[in-house]
Amino acid sequence: MTTSPAHFFRAFGNRINNGIWHLGFASRFMLAILLHSGMALRRFPLVIREIYFTGVMSLIVILVSGLFVGMVLALQGYDTLQRYGSSEALGVLVALSLVRELGPVVAGLLFASRAGSAVTAEIGLMKATEQLSAMEMMAVNPIARVVAPRFWGGVISMPLLAALFSAMGILGGYLVGVQLIGVDEGSFWSQMQSSVDFREDILNGVIKSFVFGILVSLIAVFEGYDSEPTAEGVSSATTRTVVTSSLVILFADFILTALMFRG
Amino acid sequence: MTQTDMPRNALVSIADLSFAYDSDNGNRKVLDGINMTIPRGKVVAIMGGSGCGKTTLLRLIGGQLRPSRGAVTVDGKVVHEMDDKGLYALRRRMGMLFQFGALFTDMSVFDNIAFPMREHTNLPEELIRDLVLMKLHAVGLRGAAQLMPSELSGGMARRVALARAVALDPMLIMYDEPFAGLDPISLGVVGQLIRRLTDALGASSIVVTHDVVASLKIVDYVYFVSEGRIVAEGTADEMIHSNIAFVKQFINAEADGPVPFHYPAVDYRQELFGSP
Repeated sequence: MTTSPAHFFRAFGNRINNGIWHLGFASRFMLAILLHSGMALRRFPLVIREIYFTGVMSLIVILVSGLFVGMVLALQGYDTLQRYGSSEALGVLVALSLVRELGPVVAGLLFASRAGSAVTAEIGLMKATEQLSAMEMMAVNPIARVVAPRFWGGVISMPLLAALFSAMGILGGYLVGVQLIGVDEGSFWSQMQSSVDFREDILNGVIKSFVFGILVSLIAVFEGYDSEPTAEGVSSATTRTVVTSSLVILFADFILTALMFRG
Repeated sequence: MTQTDMPRNALVSIADLSFAYDSDNGNRKVLDGINMTIPRGKVVAIMGGSGCGKTTLLRLIGGQLRPSRGAVTVDGKVVHEMDDKGLYALRRRMGMLFQFGALFTDMSVFDNIAFPMREHTNLPEELIRDLVLMKLHAVGLRGAAQLMPSELSGGMARRVALARAVALDPMLIMYDEPFAGLDPISLGVVGQLIRRLTDALGASSIVVTHDVVASLKIVDYVYFVSEGRIVAEGTADEMIHSNIAFVKQFINAEADGPVPFHYPAVDYRQELFGSP
């Protein structure tokens, strides 16, 4: 019915316009969160409550996934390393892969799908049921009272979860590598100790997980706040949170890795 | 509009108010040249069919939307000219009951009512407890203080929301469809509460509704809104005996009249049989 080229170009232009508008809106939203963070950080119990909901409630999925990822790493790593007769370097391989890459990235992806989606759905539903409007009419700023605590809860939880993920992964690698396959326990730990650098590896990993925490939390609260106040609107906002967060994590990981490990 | 233009006992005065939503295909006009006065201590109803702009009017009074023309003046101040701080100070003296209550679902009934007090005052927790129980007692739900909103019936949720709306003893209470979806008993209870709370607080109330029977019993003055304009106004009695076609259709719930039964469409015969 309306497939004329003019219509096509108009729709195309509209999409681009919308995209840019959204990006601008998201930046202003981020600024508003930062401006209104004072209250959230002063009333820290509000943030602690969100750390519980996003962080503590994500623990099981993070710990179990970490354990299995570490176990698989040990199996695969041992298979390759023993061909070159350096199976005692298994500890280094497991630790570096986890601390530098898999810890922040996989924990970030899991965090986005477990906690990010929940935050989006919660804020979206609060909007759809007029709870945010009601708050505004009570002279309480919803960005300060609802959005900022959830944002900071996510930002604080994410590095901790990534660290726990890595720790569980190393434990999994130890169980499979040392206990199951029989790699020498002494060299497993000592090589790990001597090769993993605190600044180069651990700190960079923490920076990564911190950046992912900011990105996922921002996307989650923004999508919830920006969602259409209907059932379909909330469901598609939740999906967008998971999809956008995952893509953004992987993209940011590439950039950060390129910047951090150039030498 | 300056303060001197307002009738002296008016709490809210609305002058030549127009509002249009921006949409993809141009502006959709919702309100067009509304003039209204809400006197202090009175309950005023704004009636009209669904989608006639009543809720928009409340949002304009609360400063959640900006008018495209005209102004709303509350307690001598033009709402859309205020900065955020002034607006928030004004809202602390307003209470609003949302259509379905809009209770915070992650808090108990008690915490919902304590919410505005905890946010805006430094009262000690024992005093807040007493105040909340008094508000809950006024709406007959003191026993439900520890329930969660999901455990309440529609009528109870509306009463809790009412208690929350008056938590800070506001000067103006706005009700957005307070009677929608209630059984006859709850409906009578909510109606009585609106009247009683308004009188007890010495506040003014604006009731936006399409429920004629429930609201005409409790209100002092009525404005009828249709297609963004005021089509009739007067006391409840005057409205019941009004000869204006729209009011008659509305009060007697007739299917056809000035408000047509059919949504605008092309000619029926032409649509069925094609163009002649």
